Amino acid sequence: MRPENYQAVSHPPSHEFELNIGPNHPGIEGNYALKLKLEGDIVVAAKADAGYLHRGFEKLMEGRLWMQNIALVPRICVPDPAHMEICYALGVEMLGGLEVPERAQWLRVMQLELSRITAHLFYFGGAAATMGMYSNMFWGVADRDLVLDLFEEFTGGRVYSMYNVPGGVRRDLPEGFIGRLVSLLDYLDSRLVDYDNLFFTNYVMVHRTRGTGAMNQQQALEWGVTGPNLRSTGLAFDVRRDDPYLVYDQLEFDIPVEQAGDALSRILVRRNELVQSIRILRQVAERLPSIGGPVRCPLPNPLAWNVPAGESYARVESSKGELAYFTVSNGGDKPWRVHIRGPSQMHGVQVLENLCIGARIEDVAQIIFTLDACPPEVDR
Amino acid sequence: MADIDYKSRGSILNPLRNLSFLTRKPVTLPLEPREASANYRGFHLNDWEKCIGCSTCQKICDNEAITMIHIPDLPEDPVRGVRARRPAIDYGRCCWCGLCVDICPTASLSLSREYVHTCEEHELDSYFILPDPHGMHRKFYGEGWHKTADEDLIDLKRQEMPEQPAGQRLQSFGEFVQGYDMQQAIVEASRCVQCGMCHDSCPAHMNAPEYIRAIWEQDLEEAVRQIYRTNPFAHVCGRVCTRRCEAACSIGVRGEPVAIRWLKRYAMDTVGHERIREIAGEGRGDYLSGGRVAVIGAGPAGLTAAFDLAKHGHSVTVYEAQPAAGGMMRYGIPSYRLPYERIDDDVDVIRAMGVDIQFNTRIGRDISMAQLQADYDAVLLAIGLWNGRSTRVPGSDHQQVRSAVELLREITLDESLPVPKSAVVIGGGNTAMDIARSMARLQLVQHGQANITVTALEDGAHLLADPVEIRETAEEGIAVLPGRGPRRCMVDEHGRLVGLETVRVVSLLDEQGRFAPQYDDDDVQMHVADMVIEAIGQQADTSLLGEELIEALEWERGRLKTDAEGRSSAGWLWAAGDVVTGPDVIHAVADGHRVAASIEACLGRERYANG
Repeated sequence: MRPENYQAVSHPPSHEFELNIGPNHPGIEGNYALKLKLEGDIVVAAKADAGYLHRGFEKLMEGRLWMQNIALVPRICVPDPAHMEICYALGVEMLGGLEVPERAQWLRVMQLELSRITAHLFYFGGAAATMGMYSNMFWGVADRDLVLDLFEEFTGGRVYSMYNVPGGVRRDLPEGFIGRLVSLLDYLDSRLVDYDNLFFTNYVMVHRTRGTGAMNQQQALEWGVTGPNLRSTGLAFDVRRDDPYLVYDQLEFDIPVEQAGDALSRILVRRNELVQSIRILRQVAERLPSIGGPVRCPLPNPLAWNVPAGESYARVESSKGELAYFTVSNGGDKPWRVHIRGPSQMHGVQVLENLCIGARIEDVAQIIFTLDACPPEVDR
Repeated sequence: MADIDYKSRGSILNPLRNLSFLTRKPVTLPLEPREASANYRGFHLNDWEKCIGCSTCQKICDNEAITMIHIPDLPEDPVRGVRARRPAIDYGRCCWCGLCVDICPTASLSLSREYVHTCEEHELDSYFILPDPHGMHRKFYGEGWHKTADEDLIDLKRQEMPEQPAGQRLQSFGEFVQGYDMQQAIVEASRCVQCGMCHDSCPAHMNAPEYIRAIWEQDLEEAVRQIYRTNPFAHVCGRVCTRRCEAACSIGVRGEPVAIRWLKRYAMDTVGHERIREIAGEGRGDYLSGGRVAVIGAGPAGLTAAFDLAKHGHSVTVYEAQPAAGGMMRYGIPSYRLPYERIDDDVDVIRAMGVDIQFNTRIGRDISMAQLQADYDAVLLAIGLWNGRSTRVPGSDHQQVRSAVELLREITLDESLPVPKSAVVIGGGNTAMDIARSMARLQLVQHGQANITVTALEDGAHLLADPVEIRETAEEGIAVLPGRGPRRCMVDEHGRLVGLETVRVVSLLDEQGRFAPQYDDDDVQMHVADMVIEAIGQQADTSLLGEELIEALEWERGRLKTDAEGRSSAGWLWAAGDVVTGPDVIHAVADGHRVAASIEACLGRERYANG
């Protein structure tokens, strides 16, 4: 634990002891630490220690041109970068009154759902690994790579797509892409059976995660929980449906809900979301060929681009929960202030600290991973 | 899919399902090299033939990964807008966003389809790369992310300038280019990528990037301030400049260059004249140096030098033979291109600096050069080129064969000159177009219709006039016949001029590139006309110097010989402007600055020597 976060405890009772997990530990997600107070192998208190990845994104954005920031924002969340860039672009478009062409909106939905799939595959791998199920992790990473191949094909980059600019996307699809997308979706559908056999119906997994790190709906709402973690407590709230952006209002999809609010529910909600993402992508693949037109609205020279003064609040449903950009422009060529409301801040700090209380040491890693907090996004 | 039955412990036979994996490919991929996709953002490629070293990639790079490196072997030509600089990439900073590719004005940059770069221990600096078209490791993996026409971040189209239609503008000598409004000016200024090619190519090195930026920021007073740092003829150059800046503009490589001239005009027209006078006067010395300078000729070179010298506290008197200031700008450029009031505005700012102009005073007639030499510490000769050259073809001594500069002067002076019903102009430069278009306007007034033909030696692609002028001339219904050389002016038995006979030009230059026109004598054309106007060049009238001084000075091919700073062999006499550099306003302005600096240095030295 870094000195500035350290609060000396004068004399802990002799039956309690402290355990540091992280910032470099296989049971922790990224550069991030947890300081546990234990009584036997039961956690009595937990303190989250973020900040190891603090790169000052929000401040950095104030020093960069509106266009330059598209290269910066995806780095805030490695597993799910698409939501970052699109949410930023949506905020700037609100300020500038930019009209995004319809084709670009569909392309964005495609990018978002593919990104959600990569994030969830990563998540399943990580969550399984905390229970020693490494095959599932290898599978998740390998299958994610197939999606990244598609990303490389249409955005030019495998992880950090940097595919969006305020006003649209940067390139149209390469030829034959939709066919390759559909065959990947077919493949993922076929793989789901394997994943179910290996992991989601796995006796060990089910019994290790049932009841672990449980919260009820009221707690979740008080703690600011959003996204799949909130839906695992029985509340079907999804920004895509309840405050639709892009063309989500033209798409058919269900919102998977579980009731228990424990680690198992969180895993299962995401598993079912993967199915819904595939369902959305099939609709996109069907509709996209019939939508023509440009993929970007005309933009001024990025070196001389003033965005009108004002404030905007753009929110999207990222793979981890509700993500929002509060952007303030003073009419200049750079943002005056950007505040990012990331889901991981709540899940990774206050929720995690609360859920750990009463858990056993070996369950802490599961709680961390099933909450799916992204440390760089906590720090941003 | 059915919901998961997670309460089920499963069947004992379940593991048998896994036998199917024996027939399937492993999920983890074998580590074989694979080709990157066609759109991949790999390492930079740069086509050095296309790259002009404008550094726009460096400006958009949000990681400051790009450094412009000077390459001594490459051509450096500010006039063409080419710098001997190429971008080098620091791959420790690059984030492969590809914005450099999307903004590159020349489309020389692209990214390769190469995945991997690593290095040995002894080549740790191999992450700093100067990209070329061959790829990072001398192996070409193919072009990945590249610019296509509809994915350009550069706006290649300029704002259209509102103009009167040709039929309407022929009715008068009023200005027909109407100027940008605020919206157009801001949009046009926003196209600039601040590369500074315009600054380098301008003879006066005007701060164009700075004033364009100021116009974009709607800080027009700052724009005027930047303009006046290098050019006191801002109204004039906002209208009739030869625009070397626009020829060098990096946006112009693939599209239409930024309308730098029209932006200057917008700033000057929009800020009030009183305010311009205040801004121009900023930084003026609050002392009198005691130095006395005489300037002969109130044209752009003379008045620029006078402006600079007066700013430094010298007492400057300008002698002008004509009744108004401006020189060739007033007496050589028709008012539909440059209204006289705009010249008056510029001259007023210069006079407000304390420059004294004596009009209707001809040196050699009213005051002698010897007198000037005696009364002043320095004398500047900025007399321009006022005499037209003659083709000297047979018949060109006829009184109806006139020189274009003379006619233009007469038009400005509003002398009632006889307007011919039909005329033919010899020459393909701006003066030829000016006189043709002026004559057409006069003919319309006097005879109800214009009948004028322009014949030029050069072929259509190499006409010397500004392409815009050629277009406008054609729009106004004036026939321009390229590739025709004058043979003789035809005179009938009554001694009346009846027209011009021309022959087709086969070639203009000989093998050494010297001027030696070859004609096809079988292709003869007769152009019927009451007047033939020669517009083939101008020369200086140096008779004002007096024979004694002409003898004493050194000459070079008929031009006064000066050193690099414009000083003649007589130490007290400097020369500047068209008489030294040839006809062009912005060159004359640049020359005026150069000579003023030389005079200033010289007067300063004298002051210092005299204690």
